[in-house]
Amino acid sequence: MNKMQRAMHELSEMDELAAGSSPVHALHPAAKLITTVVYILVTLSFDKYDLGGLVPMVLWPVMLFQISGTSVKTCFYKLRIVLPLVMAVGLFNPFFDKTVLLQLGSLSVSGGVVSMLTLMLKGVFCLMASFLLMATTPIDSLCAALRKLRVPKLIVTLLLLTYRYVGVMTEELAVMTEAYSLRAPGQKGIHISAWGSFLGQLLLRSMDRAQELYSSMLLRGYRQEFYYADHRAFRRGDALYMLACSSVFLLLRNVRIAELLGSTIVR
Amino acid sequence: MIEFQHVSFAYEKDRPVLKDVSFRIEKGEAVGLIGANGAGKSTVMKLLLGLAEGEGRILVDGTEVRRDTLPEIRRKLGFVLQNSDNQMFMPTVYEDMVFAPLNYGLSREEADARADAVLKRLHLEDLKNRYNHKISGGEKRMAAIATVLAMEPEAVLMDEPTSALDPYNRRIVINTVRELEMTKLITSHDLDMILDTCGRVILLSEGRVAAEGPAGEILRDRTLLESNRMELPLSLAGRPY
Repeated sequence: MNKMQRAMHELSEMDELAAGSSPVHALHPAAKLITTVVYILVTLSFDKYDLGGLVPMVLWPVMLFQISGTSVKTCFYKLRIVLPLVMAVGLFNPFFDKTVLLQLGSLSVSGGVVSMLTLMLKGVFCLMASFLLMATTPIDSLCAALRKLRVPKLIVTLLLLTYRYVGVMTEELAVMTEAYSLRAPGQKGIHISAWGSFLGQLLLRSMDRAQELYSSMLLRGYRQEFYYADHRAFRRGDALYMLACSSVFLLLRNVRIAELLGSTIVR
Repeated sequence: MIEFQHVSFAYEKDRPVLKDVSFRIEKGEAVGLIGANGAGKSTVMKLLLGLAEGEGRILVDGTEVRRDTLPEIRRKLGFVLQNSDNQMFMPTVYEDMVFAPLNYGLSREEADARADAVLKRLHLEDLKNRYNHKISGGEKRMAAIATVLAMEPEAVLMDEPTSALDPYNRRIVINTVRELEMTKLITSHDLDMILDTCGRVILLSEGRVAAEGPAGEILRDRTLLESNRMELPLSLAGRPY
């Protein structure tokens, strides 16, 4: 299996994860979507030096990993390409912001280091939350929820087709990479001289296949609505989950739990 | 059921793919559409399904294929694509099977019942909850046929239904196609399959209808086939050396 085929397989695995049957999977997609959005907004709203306040925000994704039966390892493995990019945000902060913020014995911690860590954690938490949403909700149900929340058809269709076309494009890339490597033994990757034609061909082939896939959807009655998605009713439990989680996020945002716990223990 | 009246089509100006094509397919008929590569077989399918627009008239059950009649036309026609990967876009076989019935307004229970009935009829019950990316090519082709049958179309159009299948799976597909009672229009280079499944054949050559008649007659005409860049079906050609 080459790299691309593995990527394709991993993408399909997301569908398998989303088809689980845990209590988190059973929640209404709109409830999960709104809760995730609230979580991300609250996480992003923390001040760049508020590392202590931000850390307890990890509790929600950790709890969801446990309840949904989703492996943390799988999450980080699947996010391995995006994670370094997220971690790289704020990497230069220690060089620009040298104001000493903390003194741990003889060790001075600058504001740059704290803000770097805060930015990194924010990114990681948001990615974990997004991953959990995708791993517990089938894409079509998510799109149906977006339509229920009155997100325009065009945007939802774009989201759905992008998700489907990523798979198609990866498949084409897998085939082309394999064909290339068979005729370029011992060569690592695609030679720079072939990049132009390779990308051009990839685009044309993917467009052809994407067109056929979309035609296939149209021929089976697809009208940019998600009649076929799982339409479970929005129950009281879903509303409760949404409200409870959002309240906890806001509580964590406004009450410095870590400091409170620390001072209680010290006392 | 299906009628082409003087249909012409070109993807590029001055390079017509279909030139004044006319034919008629009666309800319940099984017709094979054959021809060399580039003869215009797939274009016929595309025009019939409204995926491309040409000149002339195309009628399905008396209704002309036009932009405003497409939903009605497409509901009557089930199309099995040559590449099953493009047909099976949902995560599982079951989800793909209920996709069309739910889009056409059936309740979840009705769609489930239809999916179950089709799977049982094709002896594919064990495929129901399998993931599309984990089934073999032969299984995927059968599942693609099942998704189309779950629509309960009045006619089935198939583009190369036996391509890239091993002999065993090919035979399964052929037997399944033979058992379908609705109108069938099948394009294929597998002339043995056409001989097995179709009563009539339309031979396209360079965008025109070169011949039309009973499958047994057309497919036995070595001169006709060879003059149109085709060969006798293996079963009629005798044992090859």
